[in-house]
Amino acid sequence: MTKKKMVFASRQIFIPIAALLLLALFNLAVDPSFFKITLGRNSAGDPVLTGYLMTILDYGSEVAILAIGMTLVTAACGGQDISVGAAVAIAGSVILRVLVGIGGDGTLQAPIIVGFLAACVVAMLFGAFNGVLVAIFNIQPMVATLILYTAGRSIAAWINNNELPIVTDKTFTYFGGFIPGIPIPTPFFLAVICIAITLLALRFTTLGLYTQAVGINASSSRLNGLNPVFIKWLSFVILGLCVAVVGLIKTSRLSTINYSVIAKDIEMDAILAVALGGNVLSGGKFNIMASIVGAYVIQFLTTTLYKFNVSSDALPAYKAVVVILLVVLSAPAIKDKLMGMVKKQKGVG
Amino acid sequence: MRNIHKTFPGVRALQGVDFTLCKGEIHALMGENGAGKSTLIKVLTGVYEKNEGEIYLDGLEKPAVIKSPQDAQNLGISTVYQEITLCPNLTVAENMYIGRGSAKITNWKKMNEDADQILTNLGIPAKASQQLSDCSIAIQQMVAIARAVDMDCKVLILDEPTSSLDESEVEKLFGLMRDLRARGVGIIFVTHFLDQVYEVCDKITVLRDGQLVGEYVIEDLPRVKLVAKMLGKELDDMEEIKDDNQVYKGDDEYVFEAEQLQSDAGIRPFDFHIKKGEVNGFTGLLGSGRSECVRAIFCADRVTGGNVKMKGRPVKLAKPLDAMKNGIAYLPEDRKIDGIVGDLSVRDNLILAAQVLRGFFQPFSRAEANKFADEYIKLLEIKTASADTPIKSLSGGNQQKVILGRWLLTHPEYLILDEPTRGIDIGTKIEIQKLVLKLASEGMSVTFISSETDEMLRTCSRLVVMRDRKVVGELSGEDLTQGKVMETIAGGEAS
Amino acid sequence: MKKSTIAVMLTAALAAASLAGCGGGSDAPATQAAATTAAEAGAEKEEQAEDAADAADAPEQAADGELIKVGIINNDPNESGYRTANDADLKKMFCEENGYEASFAYSLKNDEQITAAQKFIQDEVDYLLLSAADTSGWDSVLKDAQDAGIGVILFDRTIDASEDLYLASIVSDMAKEGETAVTWLAGQNLDSYNIIHLQGVMGSAAQQGRTGALDEKVAAEDSWTLVTQQTAEWNSEKAQQIVQSVIDSGTEFNVIYAENDDMAKGAVAALDKANISHGVGKDVIIMGFDCNKWALQELLDQNWNYDGQCNPFQAAYIDEVIKKVQKGESITEKTIIMDEKGFDASTITADDVENYGI
Repeated sequence: MTKKKMVFASRQIFIPIAALLLLALFNLAVDPSFFKITLGRNSAGDPVLTGYLMTILDYGSEVAILAIGMTLVTAACGGQDISVGAAVAIAGSVILRVLVGIGGDGTLQAPIIVGFLAACVVAMLFGAFNGVLVAIFNIQPMVATLILYTAGRSIAAWINNNELPIVTDKTFTYFGGFIPGIPIPTPFFLAVICIAITLLALRFTTLGLYTQAVGINASSSRLNGLNPVFIKWLSFVILGLCVAVVGLIKTSRLSTINYSVIAKDIEMDAILAVALGGNVLSGGKFNIMASIVGAYVIQFLTTTLYKFNVSSDALPAYKAVVVILLVVLSAPAIKDKLMGMVKKQKGVG
Repeated sequence: MRNIHKTFPGVRALQGVDFTLCKGEIHALMGENGAGKSTLIKVLTGVYEKNEGEIYLDGLEKPAVIKSPQDAQNLGISTVYQEITLCPNLTVAENMYIGRGSAKITNWKKMNEDADQILTNLGIPAKASQQLSDCSIAIQQMVAIARAVDMDCKVLILDEPTSSLDESEVEKLFGLMRDLRARGVGIIFVTHFLDQVYEVCDKITVLRDGQLVGEYVIEDLPRVKLVAKMLGKELDDMEEIKDDNQVYKGDDEYVFEAEQLQSDAGIRPFDFHIKKGEVNGFTGLLGSGRSECVRAIFCADRVTGGNVKMKGRPVKLAKPLDAMKNGIAYLPEDRKIDGIVGDLSVRDNLILAAQVLRGFFQPFSRAEANKFADEYIKLLEIKTASADTPIKSLSGGNQQKVILGRWLLTHPEYLILDEPTRGIDIGTKIEIQKLVLKLASEGMSVTFISSETDEMLRTCSRLVVMRDRKVVGELSGEDLTQGKVMETIAGGEAS
Repeated sequence: MKKSTIAVMLTAALAAASLAGCGGGSDAPATQAAATTAAEAGAEKEEQAEDAADAADAPEQAADGELIKVGIINNDPNESGYRTANDADLKKMFCEENGYEASFAYSLKNDEQITAAQKFIQDEVDYLLLSAADTSGWDSVLKDAQDAGIGVILFDRTIDASEDLYLASIVSDMAKEGETAVTWLAGQNLDSYNIIHLQGVMGSAAQQGRTGALDEKVAAEDSWTLVTQQTAEWNSEKAQQIVQSVIDSGTEFNVIYAENDDMAKGAVAALDKANISHGVGKDVIIMGFDCNKWALQELLDQNWNYDGQCNPFQAAYIDEVIKKVQKGESITEKTIIMDEKGFDASTITADDVENYGI
């Protein structure tokens, strides 16, 4: 009974982990130095760990954080938010606006936490806007979020009056870099915090059950006393919170912002992470940990490709191959065949 | 079909079943859920491949090869399913010709003419150019049949065609079936309605647990025997329930009262009340508004007016959650759309309503959830591999039991059951009826709705009769007879 | 509250501007009066009013009393600091005060730009100013413009089309920018040059020009090698990842040749993380382009070594061309190359940062 349960529960997370192992094995075979991690010091003299794996942890964390919210949106609404990148630009712009202001000299005008909280509020508001379109007006998520996808970066530029504020304060760089004395990149810690909060929320609230119920059968959920509109809306607000965290990391990395390219195409990575996690993109059951592993798999792939000097404008093509593989493998016909093969193998063994 | 075997992983769905269909007969295929009816049909139509056995057509010596639904179609075997599988947004004619590689679909005029011809021939009251979704379900089904007939079908399989039809529609369908029989078409008729079998069929084949019980000419097999064959034991459950005379003997405490209640679903305002431990029901033809009434009570539709009292205390109910908090539970009419949460496990489906009542920040622990699941799986005898099994993979009857369990878990004072017995096997039907009576005897008030009047007569002590979306009468005591109910439904003024 | 104030100011400004436009040169005092009223609404209006008065004296204005209609097709101003400065410069020049009625269309996509051009032709603009996203595909639409008697002036970017199709092309010589930079780099006299080359969006004129010079030099000199040559698509985040990848691989390098400032900044962020020193007299030479103010500040702080200018201020050149054409003079030089500098961290002054920073 329990063994059976474990097999059942682990089946979904098996997909991204298998992909991760595959990539790891490939790198191990081609160049084992891929896994080398060295302890050095950064220009501020603080200890830092460097190496491809740390890079993966560092950059993968951005997508991992977004994957949390994207998984919930996908599960509850059966669609995806494609305005995430634009929303990150807005959140980042808000942070800079609060911290430096228009025409500022780069010194902090307000504590960083204030800037971050402001970004949280704004990003959640924009999430709420998307949520209203999807949950109340029943617009397809991709269509609804197309609005913000189109307008978001212009709004971000407008917030700072088209200027490019630069933060000179050193502490601001900690969030996208390293906290002095801790050699592991901060984005990873932020991701861990977000994941921990999410897991606690799933453990101590009924968010998971409600989201899945609404995603699978909204009509039935309503008759069981749930409010599908609110739950769909809530998923977008939670995604907004994730967006604000990523906005902080992104702006912190460079201490400034470039409205048109910041977090460009990150929504596609986030959606891909959800898909790689084996979650059904038409909503329903979900597994957040699988999405998060999926996010790191994508960064693993990206970093591997960079290592082999694959032109960065060719990256989307490789990701497309992954998508095709995923789609093919998750098609019911192929799935059944594979299952059959696995069963046969087991029978022989 | 001879010696058909079909195994699924872990299950032997069919074990050496023989089945013979003659030209120009209507042959009922009977059995409880899981007896193998669907599997047999799917083998015949090429949806599943058989593991063993042969299929012979037209008395030929050589076995027919059916490996895909296309093969079956080419051999003249057509199926009309319970759920309409046509395209509602195309016209009747388009639906009849689409996907047949016919050149007709490019010639609209001819296509419509031909379609009209067939429809008139078969006496189907539909126009070729009409959009299919504008037709009633019965007509849609008939269009599906017309499509099959036009494809020169020799074998027509009707899988639960009558479950969403009212009586006059069923009559029309039977007329069409008899007509086809006269034309030499062999019809396999799968249904849960015993009356219908005896009304229209010539022969009955009974399956049980994947095995053939026997083939009988209809005159040789009285109802009681048929039920006994299906259940596999000489059961007198039906009789047992019948003996239990339903006269409400409880006290006078009103559990629920409604005054001039109305909703946006288009029913006239109605008054309604139920006492503690009472079982009553709404009856009327399909579409008479009986479901809309109970939906209004549970606030499943938007309530637009009226006053509601619970135990004599005025309450304001605006949404299902309000009703639930006041101890009302509602098992909806459409199990698939409004009842089950398909991909979720049996356990999650069971605890859902109770969990919602308990609150967002107080999830049941895994252990609690398992305890509830095990308790109700045992109590209601739900047949499932485990509590983790997705509910959608259960049979209809067992799904219904899970939904029933979901509401019992909320310990309601007032339980509304809208068609709890539709589309489920006869054994489960009886179980549910017995359970209703047991719950009532324990003090729960139950409103029970069923399309089968005798079920309601057996369980209810009072019936609210509806016609054309308004309450037209109330029957209790001596008046609770089939004839009286029919009379009230039909209306006094109609002669 | 705030909204209404802005609205009042806008209305006042518009009133001042349109009065100036309609009044023309004949009624200067009235214009002045209007301008004075407007000035009361907001301090910044004063400047505009003065501009308006200036414009009233412009010859083309006096000649026919009508505004010159220009349709301006540009890239998205959010794309980079360069583009923001460029757009601001154009907006400042082509306003009603200067005798122009300007419509703007922005896109990073060639097909959208072509659609915008067709719309401007239908609107019968007098001049079409174009900064093309892509070099090809413009022939037919420019021919249409010519047939409609519309003068086409290219700015910032050239296209692959016959010279007859446009009046003038005001461009930066990207190849020259590249050469200047490479010559400067060669002048640093390093023993060996191990270069990380961060390219812009592949195919753009800036990328081709700035890459060309470096490629030639690397091919010619044995001591020059490219550690990696990758497009970061003008994007600092991508640049950071690419440089991070090189650092992770442990390959040695001593020059970062980034084709714009943003990418140089991303590269430097990666270096800082790995404690690789950079700037004047340090391990790695940092080179950027575009002369953003913040980038020149980095030069002044000795963190970077070189920044090549890409002059975004083409509006004055364009204005000059239009005025010549209006007067009936002919344009002798079709391709007008703007003056551009390269700044060295060791010689840059605070004044340079102010004057040339964008």
